[in-house]
Parts: sequence; C-alpha cells; structure tokens
Amino acid sequence: MLTEATDPIATRFIAGGTNLLDLMKQQVEQPAKLVDINRLPLSAITELPNGGLRLGALVTNADTAYHPLVQGRYPLLAQTILAGASPQLRNKATNGGNLMQRTRCYYFYDVATPCNKRMPGSGCGALGGYNRVCGILGTSESCIATHPSDMCVALAALEAVVQVSGPHGERTIPMADFHRLPGNEPHRDNTLLPGELITAIDLPAQGFAQHYTYLKLRDRTSYAFALVSVAVGLELTDGLITQARLALGGVAHKPWRRPAAEAMLVGQPAEPETYRAVVQSLLAGSRGYDHNAFKIELAERAIVQALSQALNRSA
Amino acid sequence: MKSIKAALIDATLNTVETLVGHLPDPAPDPLRNAREFIGKPYPRVDGRLKVTGQARYATEHPIAGMTHAVVVHSSIAKGKISHLDTQAAESVPGVLAVMTHRNAPRMKTPETASLFNPVAGSNTSVPVMQSADITWNGEAVAVVVAETLELANYAAGLVGIRYEEEPAALSLEAEKGNATIPTLVVTQSPEVNIGDAKAALAVAPVVSDQEYETPWQNQHAMEPHASIAAWMGKDQLLVYDSTQSPPGVQHNLARMFDLKPEQVRVVTEFVGGAFGGKVAAWSNVPLAAAAARLVGRPVKLALSRAGVSMVVGGRTLTQQRVALGATLDGKLTAMIHTGYGMRTTKDVWAEQYTFPIRHLYASPNIHVLQKVVRLDRVQNSYMRAPGETPGSFALESAMDELAHKLGLDPVELRMRNEPDKDPTHGTYFSSRHLREAYALAAGKFGWDPQRPEPGTQREGDWLIGTGVATAFYPVQQLPVTIKARITADGHVEVSTSSIEMGVGLATVQTQHIAERFGVPYERARYLHGDTDLPMSQASGGSAATSSVGAAIHAAADKLTEKLLKLAQRNKQSVLRGVKRKNVELRAGGLYRLDQPAVGESYEQLLGASGQAFVEAEGSVPASALVLNMKTSMASYGAHFCEVRVHARTRQVQVRRFMSAFDCGRIMNPQTARSQIVGGIIMGIGMALMEEAVYDERTGRLMTPSLGEYHVPVHADVPEFEVYFLDEPDPVMPMGTKPVGEVSIVGTAAAVANAVFQATGIRVRHLPITADKLL
Ligand SMILES: Cc1cc2nc3c(=O)[nH]c(=O)nc-3n(C[C@H](O)[C@H](O)[C@H](O)COP(=O)(O)OP(=O)(O)OC[C@H]3O[C@@H](n4cnc5c(N)ncnc54)[C@H](O)[C@@H]3O)c2cc1C
Ligand code: SF4
Repeated sequence: MLTEATDPIATRFIAGGTNLLDLMKQQVEQPAKLVDINRLPLSAITELPNGGLRLGALVTNADTAYHPLVQGRYPLLAQTILAGASPQLRNKATNGGNLMQRTRCYYFYDVATPCNKRMPGSGCGALGGYNRVCGILGTSESCIATHPSDMCVALAALEAVVQVSGPHGERTIPMADFHRLPGNEPHRDNTLLPGELITAIDLPAQGFAQHYTYLKLRDRTSYAFALVSVAVGLELTDGLITQARLALGGVAHKPWRRPAAEAMLVGQPAEPETYRAVVQSLLAGSRGYDHNAFKIELAERAIVQALSQALNRSA
Repeated sequence: MKSIKAALIDATLNTVETLVGHLPDPAPDPLRNAREFIGKPYPRVDGRLKVTGQARYATEHPIAGMTHAVVVHSSIAKGKISHLDTQAAESVPGVLAVMTHRNAPRMKTPETASLFNPVAGSNTSVPVMQSADITWNGEAVAVVVAETLELANYAAGLVGIRYEEEPAALSLEAEKGNATIPTLVVTQSPEVNIGDAKAALAVAPVVSDQEYETPWQNQHAMEPHASIAAWMGKDQLLVYDSTQSPPGVQHNLARMFDLKPEQVRVVTEFVGGAFGGKVAAWSNVPLAAAAARLVGRPVKLALSRAGVSMVVGGRTLTQQRVALGATLDGKLTAMIHTGYGMRTTKDVWAEQYTFPIRHLYASPNIHVLQKVVRLDRVQNSYMRAPGETPGSFALESAMDELAHKLGLDPVELRMRNEPDKDPTHGTYFSSRHLREAYALAAGKFGWDPQRPEPGTQREGDWLIGTGVATAFYPVQQLPVTIKARITADGHVEVSTSSIEMGVGLATVQTQHIAERFGVPYERARYLHGDTDLPMSQASGGSAATSSVGAAIHAAADKLTEKLLKLAQRNKQSVLRGVKRKNVELRAGGLYRLDQPAVGESYEQLLGASGQAFVEAEGSVPASALVLNMKTSMASYGAHFCEVRVHARTRQVQVRRFMSAFDCGRIMNPQTARSQIVGGIIMGIGMALMEEAVYDERTGRLMTPSLGEYHVPVHADVPEFEVYFLDEPDPVMPMGTKPVGEVSIVGTAAAVANAVFQATGIRVRHLPITADKLL
C-alpha cells in the first residue's frame, strides 16, 4: 500500500530543501512534482494571546534560534536548534522541514539495500546490519529507525502544538502525536495526512526558561546527529521539583517521552538519588541491537547528566 | 634448501640493493646550512591563484564540446551481471551513451604499479569494465554520458542491473584462517627474526601482550578523483587528471588503449589533496578515456563523494598483536609485532604496520610477521603513512601499557630503549634526534614524569589525562627527472612532470632554486604537472621535496660545467682557465671559490656566448625504503597530548597537542607546519571518530558520505604547537627529511594513551567513541 508519504512519485512541498534535495539526489525520493512553498506567508514569529509563541513553518532554524523571544522565553529550544546541523544548514532549514526530515538510517539512504521505510515490504537492512544509529525504544520488527531531529526533542519537551492546513481544513496536532512509532507501517513517519501543510508550531506559555538543558551526545563535537540527546525543562519551588519535562532524541522513531517518568520527579528534591527510578521508567522496555546496545547505558548517563545540568543552571 | 618464496624475496631484495647502491647523496649537500631562501616562511607561490579561484583543478579546464559522465556502481560484492537494461537511460534526451561491459571499448588489463615498476600507473590489475564479472561492492558497472551532469545523474538512476551473486569473502575476522604471508611488505621481508623473541617473552619479568585493531578508512581528499579525457583524433589522448603521478596515468592509459606513451598527454596543474589515494590511477581514469572514445567527444568524469569511497581503496582494517617483554628497569628484552591486513584476489599490498617496530627500539629479540587475508573488496592502497599509521597505534599503545606495568614514565621508557644502531638492519642512523625532540616537547608541554594514577585527575565533571607517543617515517627517494634552464636574462626555470598536491612543493622548490643558483626569488621558477615536461614518477612517500631537490642539485652540477665551458671559450672571461673544483653557482652567476669576488653573472656568461639559455637535465632513481640503504634514515617526532573525558557521558576532547620533530632541515616553516598540523588532525580523527563501515553480509559501504564518515571539525581539534629541531641530515639533499606523513604516525596512540591516563580504560580498538568508555 502506498500512501502519499511513501509514494516515490508523489507531490512534495519544498521548503529549505536541505533534506529533500539530498533524498532526491540519492533517489530515495523521486517526487513527480515539487511545490515551492517558500513564498507562502509563514515566515513570522508572533506572540499568542495565551502567552505562547507561534513559530511560522517557514521561519528558518537559525532565525528561530536567534529570535529574542525564543532566546528569552524558550532558551531550551534555542539551545537545541543550535546543537543541530551547521550554521549554513540552519540558515536554510525551516521549522516545518525540520519536523518532516526523514531518518538518517544508513539503509534508508542506500537504494541498493532493503528498507521497509523506503520500500515497504523489502525488509529492514538495519535489523541485522550496521545499526549503531538506530533506535532502542519503540522499535518494531519492521523498522528500528530513529527520528533524527534535535529541534523536535525540545518541541516535545515543551509540548508544542503543530498547526496544519489541508484539503479538509485546518487542525492541530500535539507534538506527542505528530511523529509515530514504526509498527508495521514504517513508511509513515508521522500523522500528517496527504496534502496537509504545516503552517506553524505553537509554543505554550510555559517555557522552562530557568531550569533547562539540551544535552547532545554524538561521535564528534559538532555537525553530527545525536547518538542520544536529552531535553529537560524543570520548574522548582523551594528546592522541590514542581513540574518536569524530559524528552529523548536519537533513541526512537519519535522524540521519546513518558509522562509517568516525569511525574516521578514532581515533589522530589533536586538530588541525584531521585533520578534512578526516573531513568528506569523512561527507558523501560528499551532493547539494544548488535551495534547500538550501548545507547541504553549512554541514555541512562545522559538523562542523569542532563537533569543535573538543568538543576545547576541558573538563568 | 631455501624455499622458492624465500629465494624470490632474496632476489627482489638484491634488486633493491643494486637500485639503491649509490643512494642517497654521497657527499653532504653544501646547501644543508644555506639560509638566504631555504628555511624562510615564504607564502605559497600558488596561494593567490588558489584563493582567487584561478588555480585550475582537473575538471576546471574548458574544452569545447564537453560531456559529463556519471558512474553506476555495483550493489553486490561478487558474481556476475545477469541482466542489463540500459534502454530507459539511453532514451533520455541528452544522454549520449550508457557504457557497460557490453559496449565499452576494449581496454587491456592494467598493471599494478610498484616500486619495481612505478610507471605501470594503476592501483590494481583488475580489468576495467571488460566482462560481466563483479569483484567488489561498488565497482563501476556502467558509465552514463550526457550533455549535462544533471542529465547523466538522472539517467544513471534508470540503469537497471540484476546480478547472479556468488558467496564473497567479506570479513577479515571470518577469513583469518585462510591468511597467507605476502612476498614483500613494500620492499621488505614480511618476517623478521632476531634472537628468540618468543622464548625471551616467556621469561621476561614484565610483559605487555595485547591485540589492537584499526578500522577501514576511506580517502576523502577535497578534490575527488576526477578527470577530463579528450581524444585528438584516433590516437592522441589528452587527459587532465587529479593524480599524484601524471606519467603513471600516461603509461597506464597507453597500455590499456594500446598507444605509445607519447600519444598520451596528462596534465595536472593542481591537485586538491591526494594523501596517497592518487599515487596511481583507479578505474575512473580509463573509464573517462573509454567513455570519451565511445561518444567521440571530451568527457568530464568526477567521482561523487560516495563514488570515491567505492572506486578508490583506502586503508585496510588491521588486527595486530604487540607483545613486549622488559626487565624490571625497563629494558626491552623481547618485541613481537604480528598481524593481519587485507589483500584482494588480484593484488597484494601489505601495509607496512610493522615498520615502526623495526626501527624504533633496541631489543635483542625481535619477531615480526605480517599476514594478509584475501577479501572481495576494493583494493586497499596508500593512505597517509600507510602501515606506519595503524602500526604505530599498536606499538605506541603497547609501549604505554608496558610503562604503566613497570610504573615507569612512558617518556623515560622510550629513552631507555633508544637504539644506537638500527635494531633490525644494524646500520647507523644518518641522523636521529628523537631524544632531543622528546626533551623539547616535554619542556614546552610541561610534562610531569610522575603523573598520578590513571583516572584520578579531575576538573569538575571532566577527567584529565596526558599521553605521549613517538612519530616515525622512513626516508625514500622517488625517481625524478627535471630540466633546469638558465636564461640570458638571469632567470632560472626548473620543470618536471611531478605534481603539486597542495603541500607546498612548488614553493619550497622555488626557494631551493633561488638558493641553489643564487638568483633572486622572483627569478626562480618551478613548472610542474605535465607529461610534456621531464618525467618524474609519483609524488608520495613524503619524498618529493628531497627527490626533486636532488635532481635539481644534479642539474645544477651539470650547468656549472656547461657555464664554465662557455667561460673557457671566451677569451675575456675572468674564469678562463679556472678548474671545475674551484667554481660555484652563487650571486646570480659562476664565481671562484678561492677568490669569491671573481666571476661572471649568468647574463654576462650567456651574453658573451650569444646563447639564449643553457639547460641540463638532472635525475635521481628510485630508492627502496631507508632499511635498504647504507644508513638508516627517517624522520622522528614526539607527540604530547592532553585530553579531557566527561566523567559521566564519556565525551572525549583533545585539549592540547604539542609535538617536536626531527624532520631534518625545514625548507619552509610555514608549509611544513601546515603539513604537520594536517597530519595530526587526521590522526585525531583516526583516534576518535574515523571509520569506514561495511555491512559484512554484503560488503556494502554504509558510510559513503561525510555525514556518516566522520572526520574532525574545528571543535574537535585544539590549538597546535609544533616545534622543529631543524637539524640538517648530513646525507640528504638540502639536509631534508620527510615531513608530509610523519605527524599522523603516533598521533592516535598519543590520544589513546591520554584517554587511558584520564579514565583508566585502555581502548585497543579504534576509534575511541564514547561507547568504548562506558
Ligand atoms: C549534513 C546535514 C546535517 C544535519 N544535521 C542535523 C542535526 O544535527 N540535527 C537536526 O535536527 N537536523 C540536522 N539536519 C537536518 C536539517 O535540520 C533538516 O534537513 C532541515 O530541518 C529540513 O528543513 P528544510 O526546510 O530544508 O526541509 P526540506 O528539505 O525542504 O523538506 C523536508 C521535508 O519536509 C517537507 N516539508 C517541508 N516544509 C513543510 C511544511 N511546511 N509542511 C509539510 N511538509 C513540509 C518536505 O516536503 C520534505 O518532505 C542535517 C541536515 C544535513 C544535510
Ligand atoms: S530501520 Fe527502518 S529505515 Fe532503517 S532499514 Fe530498517 S526499515 Fe529502513
């Protein structure tokens, strides 16, 4: 079954082109038509009446990260975006495109190898192959790929809401529901319907601007995708955690959150002892493959490190 | 009775001995202490051209009627093409041809270049697109030629290929049981036995005996392997190629297309990096020429980034064992270095990872043995300090392990085992200032001989560690011929087919010419990179500066004689009757040695004779490596490194890197430093991130782009401090020794040793990624 999302000859929107053009050059995607959306009026960052912020889908990653309101109210998002790609790419990459970027699974990119995501039913090359960059949580027998975005990890932690416009009108999709797990339809990265366009990403008022961090662990210091990353936002009152958000990148087909794990932090003193149970809850059910089992321990360490960094950060 | 193999080795080595009988320079070069031009930081002669975009690289030469070619690569490792569908691609308007084994022009099988046959000019002897056979995953199976690159790319995706697959040997680990002993390692025996190393190891009071592994690495020069091929009529071929060896490419193409070498001209003005990957031609070069013949128009063929990784061989994966035995006071009593690398069905190129141990440390008992494992992969080949780089990781890690076991400062351990003669050849060192290099770098670095226990030094969340390692790279000499011409207006021009791959060769030779002939810098000129010029073989082995230099020296001697003859013929000349022994080239002319003010300028000498110029050729032959020479000759260095490792997340950062080198006389501290720093950065990449990954089920390269194949970014490297002892070697031209490769040697070990000091964890399997430190 081919949906618009996998049909290699379907129509594609093109924004910054930093992902789509690469995929086309590799012949992973061969859209019959490109619709250039760059002239749509989606390039503004505006304040919302509820105290939140609306990020236009066509605002570049760079302009978003350096916007004074983002820097002031959502430093977690700014830090996260700046941990991704390179300055040149961030100048071109858009917010909408960032959500829609496709996995970096090596087999997905190589049309000479099998990949259920690229060609449903062809098999998963990564499962018995070189899967260092693949996931450890929420994987399936069909696909163990990760979503590679940094920005989305912070958006998940911030509980952003995706604004969508399509043939059937407009709708909103909470970040938690935007990306999906592979299940047996790995060709579907997300829940966007055919023809739907992301118009904006709304950030709620709560920005966790006091106690936050984005920790990205990777194979070189810059310009590499995350092996494991952690976005943390905390609210503290009198040394006790009153609200916590934790999202992981590099480990699953979507930014990984478990509200139950976050709840375990609430009412707790900000001390390392609290973390162990949280880590276990967040990583429960994780499974390593031939080349990525280390990600489980790396994720444990990253979560603890990120929490302590967030707590020690005085804005 | 000797085995046939042993006899063969002897015969080969004897050839080498005769080849090198008169090498290197017999008498010390008077220029080794010259300081007017040599030793100064002249900016690159081509710097302006490069930064203004005027320097033309291989595919930047405009030719009318140009077409563009794109390679289609095989997706299996071994078998046959069973089905080919080129129709869809061919029917794209603008596509001129889809070349496959069915319609490719006949090309003879290339011949693999070696020290004994450098001009063969090919890296492999695998036939190029002449049959349906596939011998590695990524081999070129089709070339699409079109009016534009975009069309060629598009059509390349339409070529339909099916294969009949055969089982392939793809894993070194799995095939190790079938390992064989190569005939030679470069020019040396794969095996060395001095004393009884096994017995000595068994009784040594302190032993370190470990296995080390270094990964596959691919070539990624900035300029990909790229060519323009244009046939001028049926039997004249012009090729612009990004190569380290225009004559090699010329002879390779002449052979494959049944031409005389004179019918092929190869031009290589500039090379955007090579690192050994362009020492000889890979299949992309004959394919460009074949495609040009097929379509009857010039063809431009630049391999894609992925294409370079598939068509061009890099470093083999190595598995090495280094066992060291020592007395309680740190005197080595046994050294064993053995291991495995790859070979292919057609060719064997054993990378010399056991060379450092053959020269670095004194030990009465030494055992060295290299083996190769046949795999169905692209041929491994030269890559910056091939062999010495992975070998030094194993050896210099092992020395650190031994020092730790002995409770001895690793610098001191090395000093206690400094040999006074070459440990395996028994020859004397022409120059060896490793002690001084260690002393200099240790002082600058602030080395603490009494470091705390590994894993105990902390700054906040970071563990701190320092490490050292020795750098080593042997002297070689390349076969070079140059022509030197002195003109009546007092200019000196030297020309040769040898190339400039970005290292600064043209700059330092311009300095050398000015110094050698005593002319102002502006009057010295160095022309290079064209087979129409006198033939010099490949640039490589860190030997071009001294080899070209020696050839210029030889030509200068001949020109001295020629100029003196002119003077003898001129009745008015103040040099009339003066003996050859009593004149030298100096101050823009020929002057007496005993009366330095007496002589004539080039203008006067040539003016009087009415000649526009005098010219002479100078040549030097190939040498084997240092080991076959009368003296043991090499560059040496001492690396000092400080890393920090995050206590929890295990991210590794190199904080400081300082090195001191005995690389002989430094021609130009600026270009030399740049070579050294580049090598160290490559070594840091090898230590921490660089690895080509192949799916062992299929032999498919999983890291075809620089997105997955990690090399260091700026944030990964610290400020470097590089010190040169600048001691001229007494027997080398201009006193120079190798500079280009020595600094990558030992770098990975220095980092690994520092990581051990920081964490207490010894990583013996590169690269040192966070997962290996959990
Ligand atoms: C070398 C490299 C390194 C990178 N490193 C990182 C990294 O470290 N971290 C990281 O997070 N990212 C990284 N990226 C990915 C980069 O962030 C994405 O490529 C970029 O965000 C995509 O945005 P774009 O506007 O260029 O999208 P495009 O390439 O234009 O589009 C990508 C996809 O999104 C769809 N699309 C675009 N806009 C919309 C819209 N408004 N509505 C619906 N669909 C839309 C397109 O149809 C297409 O399918 C890297 C990319 C490269 C090339
Ligand atoms: S993990 Fe997913 S993306 Fe990767 S090969 Fe398997 S199916 Fe394709």
